[in-house]
Amino acid sequence: MIRRLLALVMLALAAPTLAQSRAPADYANVQLPDPAKEAEATALMATLRCLVCQGQAIVDSDADMAGDMRSLVRQRIAAGESADEVRAWLIDRYGDYVTYDPPVSAATLPLWLAPLLLLTFGLWLARASFRRRNK
Amino acid sequence: MRRWLLWLPLAVFALAMAFAVRELRKPTDRTVYSAMVGKPLPTFDLPPIVAGKPGLSTADVQGQPRLLNIFASWCVPCIAEAPQLMKLKAMGIPIDAIAIRDTGPAIRQFLARNGDPYTRIGDDRDSQVQLALGSSGVPETFVIDARGVIVKQHVGDIRDDDVADLAAAWRAAR
Repeated sequence: MIRRLLALVMLALAAPTLAQSRAPADYANVQLPDPAKEAEATALMATLRCLVCQGQAIVDSDADMAGDMRSLVRQRIAAGESADEVRAWLIDRYGDYVTYDPPVSAATLPLWLAPLLLLTFGLWLARASFRRRNK
Repeated sequence: MRRWLLWLPLAVFALAMAFAVRELRKPTDRTVYSAMVGKPLPTFDLPPIVAGKPGLSTADVQGQPRLLNIFASWCVPCIAEAPQLMKLKAMGIPIDAIAIRDTGPAIRQFLARNGDPYTRIGDDRDSQVQLALGSSGVPETFVIDARGVIVKQHVGDIRDDDVADLAAAWRAAR
C-alpha cells in the first residue's frame, strides 16, 4: 500500500508539465468560439509551413513554434483579418517559403507555363504527324 | 520534316538532366532567412523577464547600432554561443535580447551559468515578436543600425569565426 502510494507520488512529480518551459500560447491548441472563423483559420493553417519542422503544416505539428504560429493565425483571424492578409503578413517576414500555396512570381512562373508550352508543342507535333499519314 | 528536329527531344531531356544533376550536387541549405533584413524593426513592447533588467521595446533599440539576440534558456546552441556574445560585449557592442517561451527563474539560472552580455531582455512568451521579426528559431542574432533598421541576420549559434563578421557589420551600421 505504502509502496503504491509512493509510486503514485513519484508519478505525479514526474509529470511532463514540470519539464515544459511554459504553457502553450492562447489558441495554440484551443479552437476559436466562432465556428466560421475557426474553419477559416484551420483552412489557412493547413497551407502554412511549420518553420522548425519544415515538412509539416502548422495545423498538424506538435512543435512549440507551430503552436505559437497557430495562436498568431487564430488571433488575427478572430480580430477580423482575412486569411489572405495573414498569409501576406507571414510572406513579408519569411518569404514564399512559409506558404504551401505559392503565389505566381518570376520563380514559380515556369511551373505554370511549362505544362501549357509542352501541351502546345505536343499538339503541334501530333497535328504534323497525322497530316503526314493522311497524305 | 527537318532532320535535326528529331534530336530535339533528346536535347531537351539532356538539358533537363544536366540542370537536375547540377542542382542535386549543390549542398542543400534548409536555413529559413528573414525577409525583414533591410526593413525597419517591427513595433513591439516586451515586458522584463528578470528583476533588475529592463524589458525591450522598439524605441529602446533606436539611436545606437546594436545586436539583438534571440535566445532561450532551454536552447542548447545558446549555451554554445554565450562565450562569443561575451566577447562581442567586451568589444563595446551593446547587445539586447528577446527571450523566447521562457520563465524568469530559468533565465536567471542561464545567465548565472553562462554569463550575461545583455543590456535589456524582453519577454516574448508566445514568440509573437519572433514571428514579427521573421526569425525561425533560436539562437538568432540581428544587427540593428542607429535608425532601427535590420541590416544583418545571423542564423544559428555564433561561432568563433563569426565574431569578427558581426563586429564588422555592427561597425558598418554606425
